[in-house]
Amino acid sequence: MTKIIVGMADLKVERAPAMLTTLGLGSCVGIALYDPASKVAGLAHIMLPDSTKMQNNQNLAKFADTAMVKMIQDMAAKGANKTRLRAKIAGGAQMFAFNSKNDDMRIGDRNVEATLRLLKQYSIPLVAYEVGANYGRTVELYADDGRFLIKTIGHGNREL
Amino acid sequence: MSLFSNLNDMHLDVLKEIGSIGTGNAVTAVSSLINKKVQMNVPSVELIEFDTLADFVGGPEIILVGVLIGISEDISGMIMFLMDIDTAHNLLSSVLSGMGIESSGDNLSELELSAIEEISNIMAGSYLGSLSGLTNLRIRQSVPMLAIDMANALLSVPAIEFGKMADHVLFINSSFSVENVAVNGYFILVPDEESFAKIMGSLGVGV
Repeated sequence: MTKIIVGMADLKVERAPAMLTTLGLGSCVGIALYDPASKVAGLAHIMLPDSTKMQNNQNLAKFADTAMVKMIQDMAAKGANKTRLRAKIAGGAQMFAFNSKNDDMRIGDRNVEATLRLLKQYSIPLVAYEVGANYGRTVELYADDGRFLIKTIGHGNREL
Repeated sequence: MSLFSNLNDMHLDVLKEIGSIGTGNAVTAVSSLINKKVQMNVPSVELIEFDTLADFVGGPEIILVGVLIGISEDISGMIMFLMDIDTAHNLLSSVLSGMGIESSGDNLSELELSAIEEISNIMAGSYLGSLSGLTNLRIRQSVPMLAIDMANALLSVPAIEFGKMADHVLFINSSFSVENVAVNGYFILVPDEESFAKIMGSLGVGV
């Protein structure tokens, strides 16, 4: 099986058989989209919620909004049907216990909120998620059946 | 427009010098704290893409101790100090040896965690003190916050801050050794965009 590594501010799309993984999500969010019929899988590692708030926004995979659009397009190009897509997400942790209501420090929450809003906007059902808390997560998305593994340091491993 | 796309060699030299002096002061502080001779290697300063950032600290999933300190006043942003677990144990063994404590293993006790926070606080304080002295800018630091986790997860915090302005992270790799014990520490200074310009401006370098 091909193993494809998705870096920080990066997204990849592949057909089965393949495993897409992104390592050590912290406050970033891993967005996994999957079409079970065509077995096309997509994984994005986004860092920020909204490209329209930034001047430096050329890197589409860096932002939840632009990554979502690009990933849906790339998946359709590989044979996925937009209406069959479903989503699983992980990440959005607050790695350091800043005692602050400062929005900058709540970036994990804001990444998750933006992702949920976008999924709703594109009518993609969210079938599983594990977000928030204060620890890092490595995720693996399997294109053969859409299963989504989460691995942590000291907080167990799970399959969604 | 990316913050770092306008950087020239002179900017990089200035950043390298800030990193070098800052790290030098931080290491001197550790040296007097543990009362041992500490040798510092010449730090390297690099602009690294998000994708390859973790490769500079041993890989995305390697477990690191990270201490994050917020900075405010004339400039704002954060500074992060990272070290691997072995480095943490080496430092702790030196600091706590007077208490008859030998530090080892995969985990750190409560006492060891707060000692690491304090050591990091002192190092960051020296680093920021030298930055403040060089630039004549007032810098206040927050209480240190510590986390132990995968490198990428810790690095996501400064990377996201840089991500607002650029597609690179300004990374200062500073290794030093304590009486022949190699210690690897990494500083990541994250001034926000306005502060970055202030630092450069106060050193007579326009951005």
